[in-house]
Amino acid sequence: MFGELSHLALQQYWWVIVSLLGALLVFLMFVQGGQTLIYTIGKTDLQRTMLVNTLGRKWEFTFTTLVTFGGAFFASFPLFYSTSFGGAYWVWIIILFAFVLQAVSYEFRTRPNNFFGAKTFETFLFINGLIGTIFIGTAVATFFTGSAFSVNDMNQSQWELTTHGLEAAFNLHNLSLGLAVFFLARVLGLLYFINSVQHEEIEKRARKHLLYNGIPFVVFFLTFLIWLLLRDGFAVNPQTQEVFMEPYKYFHNLIAMPVVLIMLVIGVIAVLFGLIASILTNKCTRGIWSAGGGTVLTVLSLLMLAGFNNTAFYPSTYDLQSSLTIQNSSSSHFTLTAMSYVSLLVPFVLAYIVYVWRAINNKPIDEDEMSSDDLHVY
Amino acid sequence: MLENIDLTLVNWSRAQFALTAMFHWLFVPLTLGLGFIVAFMESIYVRTGDLEWKRITKFWMKLFGINFAIGVATGIILEFEFGTNWSNYSWFVGDIFGAPLAIEGIMAFFLESTFIAVMFFGWGKVSKKFHLVATWLTAIGANLSALWILVANAWMQNPVGMKFNPETARNEMVNFWDVFLSETAVNKFLHTTTSGYVLASIFVVGISSWFLLKKRHILFAKRSIVIASVFGIISSAMLIGTGDGSAREIARNQPMKFAAMESLMEGQTQAPLIAVGLFGKAPDDPLNKDSESDFLVKIEIPNMLSYMAFLKVDAFVPGIKDLVLGNEVRNIMSYKEKIRRGYEAQQTLKAFKESKNSDPEEYARLKAKFNDKEWVDNYFRYFGYGNYYDPDPEQLELNAFKIVPPISMSFYAFHIMVGLGMHFLLLFVVLLWLTARNKIEDKKVVLYTALWTIPLAYVASQAGWIVAEVGRQPWVIQDLMPTMSAVSKIDSTSVMITFWLFTITFVGLAIAEVKIMTKQIKNGPKEGGDK
Ligand code: HDD
Ligand code: HEM
Ligand code: HEM
Repeated sequence: MFGELSHLALQQYWWVIVSLLGALLVFLMFVQGGQTLIYTIGKTDLQRTMLVNTLGRKWEFTFTTLVTFGGAFFASFPLFYSTSFGGAYWVWIIILFAFVLQAVSYEFRTRPNNFFGAKTFETFLFINGLIGTIFIGTAVATFFTGSAFSVNDMNQSQWELTTHGLEAAFNLHNLSLGLAVFFLARVLGLLYFINSVQHEEIEKRARKHLLYNGIPFVVFFLTFLIWLLLRDGFAVNPQTQEVFMEPYKYFHNLIAMPVVLIMLVIGVIAVLFGLIASILTNKCTRGIWSAGGGTVLTVLSLLMLAGFNNTAFYPSTYDLQSSLTIQNSSSSHFTLTAMSYVSLLVPFVLAYIVYVWRAINNKPIDEDEMSSDDLHVY
Repeated sequence: MLENIDLTLVNWSRAQFALTAMFHWLFVPLTLGLGFIVAFMESIYVRTGDLEWKRITKFWMKLFGINFAIGVATGIILEFEFGTNWSNYSWFVGDIFGAPLAIEGIMAFFLESTFIAVMFFGWGKVSKKFHLVATWLTAIGANLSALWILVANAWMQNPVGMKFNPETARNEMVNFWDVFLSETAVNKFLHTTTSGYVLASIFVVGISSWFLLKKRHILFAKRSIVIASVFGIISSAMLIGTGDGSAREIARNQPMKFAAMESLMEGQTQAPLIAVGLFGKAPDDPLNKDSESDFLVKIEIPNMLSYMAFLKVDAFVPGIKDLVLGNEVRNIMSYKEKIRRGYEAQQTLKAFKESKNSDPEEYARLKAKFNDKEWVDNYFRYFGYGNYYDPDPEQLELNAFKIVPPISMSFYAFHIMVGLGMHFLLLFVVLLWLTARNKIEDKKVVLYTALWTIPLAYVASQAGWIVAEVGRQPWVIQDLMPTMSAVSKIDSTSVMITFWLFTITFVGLAIAEVKIMTKQIKNGPKEGGDK
């Protein structure tokens, strides 16, 4: 089945899968956003415990999606993995530490005799929410703005700046995406609280903060998007594979791929709808689904803009011809084929995740549950 | 060639990887085994409805959760490090190596992390049966996680199922099943997972023995001992069998590792196995053709090594010197020759790249070499050795002796592992026998031994990885890529800083983990509550 597809078709298929995982990851970062709001929304210990617990049931999904996103990227575009991780060392290490701290915090926070105290673990959760979102957003923005690296004819790469990736955070265009992701994660976190916790005060506060976080999100996101559509992009000549700068490249991509344009428009509208409906009416508790679905569509379409239509998805500003495209950085035909068969499992994975999510979330968290003895409480 | 390498960078990168991998491996084996032990216990609860079994299940499940969190936290580090610290390696082998990591994420990690939520939060929310299924799926998911990474590791030890593509300058997979089902992969998976079962069984019997010593939770402790020692006996038998299988496979595929494990300098027929040995002067450094293994003490089992390696008492087992210097009688090629051939393969690749734009005929001719099976089997096969080339023959011979792993470390690690393996089996048998005859409570010595065997299980487990990973030095990919050419080109200061950051983080995490664990254990099954 997959074996008969051309190498290019498989590369495109895997670009879509990797993008989809990335898009799901951004949606699931509602956990990170929520983590930065525990003290803002929870005013008593019990309230905070409720918030931590409702996030605590989901953090593993986000984490595992991150791990799988990394693994899938490595497997399908190994040259990206080696170039970016090995070069932008510090960016990835910082993201890594933010997630290492998170992974123990839920389990250890309220355990007796935990050495650091609950406050420390809550701080870890906050750091993870802050750094994880901003840096991942910034790193993804370099797909459009480029980085300074070179790749030799043995495909070994070298970073040309001694800041090893930290420079990305000083580029305003990158930063606008980083901050947009941060505020988006917080918006999603608030919507998730509204959806999954049954508590009047928490709900009221969450709705109020939706506005405070929604506005900066919209501002940063539009800054990023408009800037993107106006800037020169890294185009590839399909005949010679030569990379060159093309004015309005990403705008052109959008026009050339109407499906992506439609996804982007629907995505943005869905996010705004979920946000605004939840601010305006107190009855709406499902904003998370509209905004979450919109997030997936939006991120997916942004990544399509980066990789498709003869575009270099990981461009080098140091040496244009070193830029990575989905064609020159991918795994072999055989490996992509083998993995494509494995990708057929994805719908099953999604199905059991949905099933389990519903089994666990069918009843919103409330105060009683926190004092119940038979449940595992963080 | 060797002078151009930044050895500080290589060594810091190795130190960092060793640190993080070994730290990850402190938590993984318990997850692998305790998952199943908990599943057995819950199955009994569901079948009998006896609430005591539920209490037992929940106690061990809580320890599972604490341990699991830190296993996850440390696993992601390794995945990132392949890119951040071993980027040349990630490219050279990414076509083969990446796939298992991706499959692992899709197949195993999601299974595990989804059903673990049911396992912990699902009591009372889902039916008893569904909860039990979730517990089993969590255990299976954990073991599937181990499967794929071990396939990847086995491929590094014994690269098969691939073909080098000179255009992309990397190895590409041509046969998935060869990679997945290589004898190295099968042995490695079975041996490593069963070692996790043994470790977890020791953990359970050790803690239960402590309860018996304290005269608390007697019924709970005895039941736990029965489950864990039965599981431990079965697993130990498999562990020893697959360990033996690994050794035999190594004797063929990584003879240098095998020789180092036994510190065998000169090859022998009817080679004896050193059961216990203590070095006087360790033979590691600087190794040359006059080096000998100098033992202060050794106890040998005659013929056993030949038998273990080739199932024949009079088989010839090559020693370190035979491998480095070559042995014509036994038809063993010297490292000097392998270095020359590897160098030629490397030069061919270079010439191929250089002719790309200038000389299409030469380009096609050189490309054909990489498709010529005979050339690949006789030259490309030694590709990595080329890094040790030196035009000066004397220097070349010195370099050849650098392709030997640390001998005393491999030797001790191997013997500690094997010795402890026997001890564990014996301990399980004694514990089961005493418990069955209801005499266990007043056998203080046995109970203390069980308790103090817990750290030994961790020692054996770490020792196993030292054999596997240190024993394959200086290769990351056996014969194809030496460690020194696998590293990312970053400054060694950055790696040094991250090394210390990891060390500090790990010390903090380890202290928190041990304190929480011991507190939970002291609280015991009932009083522990659910907080
Ligand atoms: C509880 C831990 C434990 C115990 C008691 C044993 N092993 Fe082991 N051994 C491991 C835990 C382990 C491990 C940690 O799982 C390793 C590391 C790499 C691997 O494949 O498994 C390993 C590796 C390993 C290797 C190297 C594999 C390689 O380089 O690829 C050999 C030859 C053996 N073992 C042989 C044995 C034998 C003959 C044993 C007899 C009792 C034994 N082991 C007991
Ligand atoms: C050196 C390479 C390794 C890498 C890159 C790696 C990667 C990872 C990652 C990313 C996780 C977190 C998964 C999650 O999100 O749930 C993890 C956990 C896990 N890993 Fe590893 N791992 C390595 C070595 C091993 C080995 C050798 C084994 C077993 C033989 C193993 C078994 C597991 C298991 C069972 C888990 C589940 C969590 C736990 O055990 O506590 N890993 N690993
Ligand atoms: C979790 C169990 C593991 C432990 C405890 C472990 C241990 C070690 C140690 C001690 C070293 C350093 C060797 C030296 O520098 O002399 C090392 C290196 C390395 N290991 Fe492992 N290892 C484990 C699993 C794996 C797996 C599953 C893989 C790959 C799939 C792997 C890949 C590597 C690589 C790439 C290096 C660096 C290169 C080198 O120094 O050889 N390890 N490991």
